Amino acid sequence: MEELDVEPAITNIPAASDGKHLGFAWGPGDILAYETLYMAPGCSFIHEVRKDEDIYSPILRKLFNESHHIFVGLQTIREDLPSKNKKTQFVSISKNYRSVIRACMEELQQVLQKWPRNMEIRYVSILLAIELIWNLCEVLFIDAAPAGPLLLHLLDWVRLHKGDVDEKAREVLQSESPAEHHDYWDVVVSYVLQGRFEEARQMLVKQATLQPAARNMYKLMDTLLSKMPFYNPGGTQTLTEFDVKWRHWHEEVDRCLQDNSFASNQHLEIICKILVGDEDTLLEHKELLSTWYHFLVTRLLFCHPTVKPTELHYYAQSCMTMFLDLRSVPEPLDSILLAAFEFDIHQVIKDCSIALNNWWFVAHLTDLLDHCKLLQSHNLHFGSNLREFLLLEYASGLFTHHSLWQLAVDYFDNCPEFGHVYLELQIERVPLDTERKALKVLRICEQRQMSEQVRSICKIMAMRALRNNRLGSALSWSIRAKDAAFATLISERFLQDYCARGTFSDLDLIDNLGPAMLLSDRLTFLVKYREFHKLYEENRFSEAAKLLLSLITAKIAPRSFWMTLLTDALPLLEQKEVSHSAHCPYLLLYHLTCLVYGFIVFCYGSSCKVDQLLTSLIKESVCRFAGLGPEGLGTPKV
Amino acid sequence: MCEKCVNAKYVSQKISKTRWRPVSHSSLQQPDIFATGSWDNEDNKISFWSIGNHGSSGMDEGFEGDPQLLCEHKHDGDVLDLQFLDQDRIVTTSSTGAVTIFRHHQNSQTISVSQRWPRVHRYPCDNAPCTGVVCSSPEIVTVGEDGKIIVFRADQEGVIRVIENADSSTIHAVTYLRTTEILTVNSIGQLKLWDLRQQSNSPSQILSLSGDRLPLHCVDRHPNQQHIVATGGQDGMLCVWDVRQGSTPFSLMEAHSAEMWEVHFHPTNPDHLFTCSEDGSLLHWETSTHSDMPSFLQGGRNNSMISRSAMAPAGGNQSLISTWLSGDSSKGRLETTHMLPSQTLSVNSLDVLGQCLVCGTDGEAIFVNRQVPV
Repeated sequence: MEELDVEPAITNIPAASDGKHLGFAWGPGDILAYETLYMAPGCSFIHEVRKDEDIYSPILRKLFNESHHIFVGLQTIREDLPSKNKKTQFVSISKNYRSVIRACMEELQQVLQKWPRNMEIRYVSILLAIELIWNLCEVLFIDAAPAGPLLLHLLDWVRLHKGDVDEKAREVLQSESPAEHHDYWDVVVSYVLQGRFEEARQMLVKQATLQPAARNMYKLMDTLLSKMPFYNPGGTQTLTEFDVKWRHWHEEVDRCLQDNSFASNQHLEIICKILVGDEDTLLEHKELLSTWYHFLVTRLLFCHPTVKPTELHYYAQSCMTMFLDLRSVPEPLDSILLAAFEFDIHQVIKDCSIALNNWWFVAHLTDLLDHCKLLQSHNLHFGSNLREFLLLEYASGLFTHHSLWQLAVDYFDNCPEFGHVYLELQIERVPLDTERKALKVLRICEQRQMSEQVRSICKIMAMRALRNNRLGSALSWSIRAKDAAFATLISERFLQDYCARGTFSDLDLIDNLGPAMLLSDRLTFLVKYREFHKLYEENRFSEAAKLLLSLITAKIAPRSFWMTLLTDALPLLEQKEVSHSAHCPYLLLYHLTCLVYGFIVFCYGSSCKVDQLLTSLIKESVCRFAGLGPEGLGTPKV
Repeated sequence: MCEKCVNAKYVSQKISKTRWRPVSHSSLQQPDIFATGSWDNEDNKISFWSIGNHGSSGMDEGFEGDPQLLCEHKHDGDVLDLQFLDQDRIVTTSSTGAVTIFRHHQNSQTISVSQRWPRVHRYPCDNAPCTGVVCSSPEIVTVGEDGKIIVFRADQEGVIRVIENADSSTIHAVTYLRTTEILTVNSIGQLKLWDLRQQSNSPSQILSLSGDRLPLHCVDRHPNQQHIVATGGQDGMLCVWDVRQGSTPFSLMEAHSAEMWEVHFHPTNPDHLFTCSEDGSLLHWETSTHSDMPSFLQGGRNNSMISRSAMAPAGGNQSLISTWLSGDSSKGRLETTHMLPSQTLSVNSLDVLGQCLVCGTDGEAIFVNRQVPV
């Protein structure tokens, strides 16, 4: 950042006492501040300063969820559509976003009716402002109406955001004598200011019936109002033709004014002056207009209905100056709207970013404008473009929320340059309280080929399971991560258990592993060893012997187990069916011999004492094999 | 299947479970109240909602009338499973290992805690999430990540029976097979039958998939034919098992591209099956054997999902064997339809009763469809 746009805001930490020093550390979305003293005793409080509290509002949550849905839909709009179709789609998406904002506002208002003191009241004005700005951006940038329809759209815009006219009108109409209501003329004038001539005429009829003497005047006004031309975008009339027609009408109204046709009725005179576009009269009705942009649109309606988009800013600037007091400072909203009228998109986005607490609005609006190809892609100092920067900021903020982090994933997915990296860093911070949550996080990582994170999550869950002695769970996590090392660790645990207790635990697991047992050598050994035991218990000795043989030849037994294997092998050799089968016992004996030799060398090192020990051992086993007693070797029976 | 019949209601909480309140079998009423449980919130809640179907037959459009919140109550920990015990009470299981019975007072529209068993599922020095519950009033059976099966009775303090170490891995779901037998599924792909009359701590039967032992997440039994069971697991495959025969599934069908969280047979029309998944889709499966013609002569029908039969039906009268077990499109038709607009986040839960279907998603939305074609 080269220079500051605004002074940094100061946040007071109420719980921190005066005169204490504060240290701080940045977190993903918040700051941890702690009190420190240079002299003991220190204070033990840590304050968490959250920048964005909006995401914790239950009503705004609906905004985030619904807009996420729209956002994801927007990203899938095909690039190859002709631009006319795309424009309609973009406009409709913009309307979707706005309807979501309005739905939120309505709900807020309902809640506030029930609980007027609710803290969420501050969101009403923010949402109103957001919708106002978005609507204007839609009219000016996305719909990009040319001269002619432009004014009509602006009229719609103003009408939508000035709802109190209808309320007042309802009140007036529901009274006993509407024409004598004290607000009657206010309503009529408001209708005229908004260009709603039908409603104005209907209201005037009521007054006309009360004053039969002035019937002609009312008739004249009615005619003037009905004859005002409005540009029809779908019609065959060109803009020039419309302009000519409008000028004729304007001259006619002017003539009525010069002729003093309405001189006797002050109200009708005022309306006539408004119709002719007299600025002073318009300014006299500041209260009814209530905002400078209403004044702008009204002025355009009665002075320059064929205004071009490029001319807007000139009128906007002058209207704002005329309307506002010279001394009053323009509010942020005013400068944002002015920037919009000047078609300075970047200024709009920048001002909104500063004024608003949450990145939601700028992120979604910028994304939509980017899809409309309205943003020049200039790189920021941070390397990515504006759209990506805002989306990343918004999504990072979402990630700090305990629940909304799932939405953020889709936003990161649509940031081509840095999204993946951000996701990798953030996803590891999600706390994994239950297996179900861990499974969801895993699925996210697997779908994006984030194998590091997959391994790390599975390892965390497997370690936790192991600590709680849930060996089956631990194994299922290492199978998921294809983590051979961990599977080996678990198998070691099993084998240790077996050595300690003489039986296997969790037989349902070991007996039913299927092809998963091939994940690690140790695991395979464990499963096969248990199979060996089963065969032995079922008295299927020759099969057991073959299995044991294959176990030994495959050399997958851990060293610590060689003694055990030996011990298991010896009784086997005594079994008739083993000793009488052709090759098996010889092979078994051979391998056992090698095993023993290796084992002894390993334990004791090589020496002649070892050789002696070895020879006696072999002698004994051969004797036993041959069915001879311990006396000595005789001629072997064959 | 008109998509307009389905409307999303955003509720500011991620929904982990939804269940219809049971309607009495005698009346032909459509269900009108459902309960939901949330998860992953700092303050989780259970809520009761109404769709205002009271005695209104011939209700025009399915989407009229969003579900209205009747009442809600704080819940300690994620709601991992939820079942209606009877018309007024629900049982919930929590990620803190607790099992709670809540009572819904219809007159005052309030909820109160009727009974609570805290920390029944636990490790030696930590709580274990309680992942599944099934009940048949007054008996309640729960299972958890600690591999225990616990039997309770409503209105009785303490537990009736604990099967310690029933499983060395996490048990994800449980359902009744018969009144005294239950079925559990675990994270190494095994289906275990338990006979609760016996005192032994080992299952009476173990079934598992051949091939990779992927975790199974949900299980449901056919309402009429008690030997037929459907399960769904981590790879999104729908498996249909015959527990009388063999230890491997009868048929496997590719259903979803991610974990299948719930599978439900329609309670009164079991030719229809519903599944929902992490990939954000909810599928409606429909099978029928009414026609003798092979399917390729029946004219273009869409969406016959690929199915693989593990083995052919073992002889016997073909017409008595449920079409779910054939899994082979030449014997009967299997049609699948997506029931939600695309691009939702994970659909965590669904329930179907009569013609009404409700489901909840991680996008904090509830969808209700009142015109399910069954």
